[in-house]
Amino acid sequence: MTIKWRDYPIKGLYDELMRPGGRARDGARALCKYLSSLKDTEIEERKAAADLAIQAMGITFTVYSQEGGSIDRAWPFDIIPRIIPRAEWDRIEAGLKQRVQALNLFIDDLYHEQKVVQDGVFPAEILADSANFREQCIGVDPPLGVWAHICGSDLVRDQDGTVYVLEDNLRVPSGVSYMLENRQVMKRVFPELFDVRGIRPVDEYPSQLYDCLASTSPRPAEHPEVVVLTPGIYNSAYFEHAYLAQQMGAELVEGSDLVVGEDDCVYMHTIEGPARVDVIYRRVDDLFLDPEAFHPDSMLGVRGLLRAWKAGNVALANAPGAGVADDKVVYSYVPEIIKYYLDQDAIIPNVPTYLCVDKDQRDHVLANLDKLVVKPANESGGYGMLVGPHATRKERERFARLIRKNPRNYIAQPMLTLSTTPTLVDHHAEPRHVDLRPFILSGQETYVTTGGLTRVALRKGSTVVNSSQGGGSKDTWIVEGEG
Amino acid sequence: MLSRVAENIYWMARYIERAENTARLINVNTHLLLDLPKDVRPGWEPLIHITGSEEFYRSLYEQAEERSVVRFLIGDLRNSSSILSSIGHARENARTIRDIIPREAWEQVNELYLNIKGQLQAGLSERRRYDYLKSVIQGAQQITGLLAGTMLHDFGYDFLRMGRNLERADMTTRIIDVRSANLLPTHAGELPPFEHAQWMSVLKSLTAYQMYRRHTQVAVRRTAVLQFLLQNRQFPRACYHCLGEVEACLHDLPRSDLLLRTVARLQRMISEAPVETLDHDRLHAFTDELQLGLADLHSQITATYFAHDGHSAGVPEERAAHAGT
Repeated sequence: MTIKWRDYPIKGLYDELMRPGGRARDGARALCKYLSSLKDTEIEERKAAADLAIQAMGITFTVYSQEGGSIDRAWPFDIIPRIIPRAEWDRIEAGLKQRVQALNLFIDDLYHEQKVVQDGVFPAEILADSANFREQCIGVDPPLGVWAHICGSDLVRDQDGTVYVLEDNLRVPSGVSYMLENRQVMKRVFPELFDVRGIRPVDEYPSQLYDCLASTSPRPAEHPEVVVLTPGIYNSAYFEHAYLAQQMGAELVEGSDLVVGEDDCVYMHTIEGPARVDVIYRRVDDLFLDPEAFHPDSMLGVRGLLRAWKAGNVALANAPGAGVADDKVVYSYVPEIIKYYLDQDAIIPNVPTYLCVDKDQRDHVLANLDKLVVKPANESGGYGMLVGPHATRKERERFARLIRKNPRNYIAQPMLTLSTTPTLVDHHAEPRHVDLRPFILSGQETYVTTGGLTRVALRKGSTVVNSSQGGGSKDTWIVEGEG
Repeated sequence: MLSRVAENIYWMARYIERAENTARLINVNTHLLLDLPKDVRPGWEPLIHITGSEEFYRSLYEQAEERSVVRFLIGDLRNSSSILSSIGHARENARTIRDIIPREAWEQVNELYLNIKGQLQAGLSERRRYDYLKSVIQGAQQITGLLAGTMLHDFGYDFLRMGRNLERADMTTRIIDVRSANLLPTHAGELPPFEHAQWMSVLKSLTAYQMYRRHTQVAVRRTAVLQFLLQNRQFPRACYHCLGEVEACLHDLPRSDLLLRTVARLQRMISEAPVETLDHDRLHAFTDELQLGLADLHSQITATYFAHDGHSAGVPEERAAHAGT
C-alpha cells in the first residue's frame, strides 16, 4: 500500500479530490479508495502501461530539431484522473455556453453597428487600440452569425473553491486531441474503473466538431467538403491538426494545397483536378491566412481567401477577426457584455481584473505590484508576465515602467492559489496545481466538451501548466455524485 | 487525394529505390574489379557516368578513384542523389505523409536514415562497406515490403508504384548504356577480354543474374542480356516490365488517357527494338531516347497530377528545399 491519503499534504490548498484530513470529496471516494489499495509494483505497472500506450498511440507534441532525428516528444501524462461531480459540471457548462454566446454577439456587433460602444458599455478607445480587431472584417456576415466556432476557455479554481474563467481563447485554441487521447490511455490502463463508475464519455467531440463545421457550409444542401488547414508538420500542434482531420474524415491541407479561383471560390488541388472546398477549419493565425489581405509575405496562407470568405463562398472557423474578444482587456468586460446582450448575470465569474488604462485602477496596480500578477493584453502562452509575489524588485520596477508607458497593454489580477489534484510522484500522491480547458463549439447548436483538458504543473509548487514549460496533463472525469 | 500527398508518396518511393540501386551498383563494382586483371579494370569512373553526375563530380573531386567515388555516392550530402541524401529526402517526404502511410513505414524510413547516417564511417571503409550497403538494400526492401503488405492499395499506392518503377527503369537504362560502352568487340569478331565477367556484372547490378539463367538458359551474351533487361515482361527490373507496372497504376487513376498513350509508345519502342543489330552508337542512341521518354513520362505525371499554379515542384533539389521549410 503506497498511497496514504492521511499523509497527503494539502494544508492551505483546495484539492480537487481530497478534503483536508484524508477524506475524499464526493465523486472521488471510490477512486481514492481504489488507488490506496494498489501496491508499489501495481502502480509502477500502470504507469509503465500508460507510457507504453502513449508511445504506441503516437501521442506527441512537436519540438523540431533538424539533426535530432525525432521531432516529437511523448506527451507527459499523469495516471491519476481529475474528477468533477456532474452537478457542478452542469453549472459550468451552462456558464460556458452563456459566455460564448455573448462573445459571439459581441464580436458580430463590433464588426457591424457597434451598439455596445454607442451604448457606453464598451469604451471606444479600448476598441481603437485592439491588436486583434481586423478592419477587413467590418460588415461581413459569417454563416449563422457565428465568429468563434471553437473556443477554449481556461478555468481555474481558487483556494476557496470558486471556479473562475481565466481567459478565453478565440483564435486557434489547441489541446482537445490530448483530452481525447488521455481518455483512450486511461481506458487501457484502468479498464476496471470504467466498468463500475458512471464516467461520462468524451469521444463524441470529433463528430460534434464535424457537425458544427458542416452547419456553416455555404452549400448546405450538398455534402460539404470540410478541410483542416495546418501551417505544416513543424507546427507544435501538428499532431492535433492531423488527429482531428483523421477523426473527422476531413482532408488535412496546407496553404499551398488551396487556391482561390476567379469565381472567388476555394479549391484544393487533387489528383482529379480542383475540388471545391466549403468549410476550412483553419489552424493558421489571422495574419498568415491570406497574403492579399494580411501579411504579404506569408507562405502559410492562401491568396484571396478573405475575398472568398467575404463573398460567402467558403466558411472559415474561426472567422478572421474573432480574436478581438480574445484580449485580456476585453476579458475584463465580459460580465458586462453578458449582461448587455443576454440580460443575464455571468454564471462563471471572471478573475477580478484591474485595467491599467484606467487611472485609479492603474494607481492601485502600481502600488500593489508585489501582490498582483501583471499580464500583457494580447499575449498567450504565459509570455511577458510578471508574477509580483515571486518577482525581484528590479523586475517589478521594469514592469512599472512598462505599464506607465503603455497602460492599455496591461492588466493585473490578484495572485490566485490554483487548486491542486493528486499526482503521482515516485509512487506517492502529491498535490500539484491544475487548470482546465474545456472547448465550446458554436454552430447550429452549442456544444461543450465533457470536462476538458486538465493541465497539471508537474514541478512542485509551480503553477505553469504549459507543456513546453514542464506541464503535463490528466484525464478529466465528469462523474455522478456518490451521495 | 491531394496533389501534394500524391507527390510526396511518389518521391518517397523514387528516393528509396534510388538509394537501393546505388548501393547495389557500388557492391557489384567492387566485386567486378576484384575479378578482372588490372589492365582491363574499368575502375570507378563508370559509376559517375551511370549516375549522370560527371560535371558535378569533377567540381568536387580531382580524381575518380575508389575512395572519392564511394564517398560521393554514399555519404556526400552535396550530391543530392547520394545514398544518404536520397534516404534523407525520402524521410522528409515520408514525414509529411505520416498520416497517410502506415506508422511502421514512417518508423522504418526514419530508422533507416538514422542507421545509415550513424554508420557512415563503416560505409566508407573498404572492409565494412559490403555489409553497410547490404543493410541499405535490405532496409529499402523492408520498407517496400511493409508498404505492399500494410498500405491501402488505393491511389496513393499507385503513385508509390509509379515512382518506384520509373526510377527502376531509369537505372536499368543507365546501367546498360554505360556498361555496354566498354564491352564492344575491339576488332570484328574478336570478343573483348573478360566479356563474360562484365556482362555478368551488369546482370548482378540489377540482381538479374539468377533470374536470367533461369529464364534464358543460354550463356551470358550481349544480345540475350540486353533483351532480358529491356524486353522481358516478367523480370521486375526489366524496362518493359516496369512500364507495365506504371500502366497498371495509370489504369486505376483518373485523367490518365494521355499518359497511357505515352506508356504504350514507350513499350512499343522497347519491344520493337532490334537489339541484336544495335552496335555501340545505336545502342547508346536508343538508351538515350528511352531515357528521354521516361523523363517525359515523369513530366507528364507531374503536370497531370502534381503541378499547380504553373510551377512544378518535381525537381529533387527543389523538393528537398521545400520539405525543409
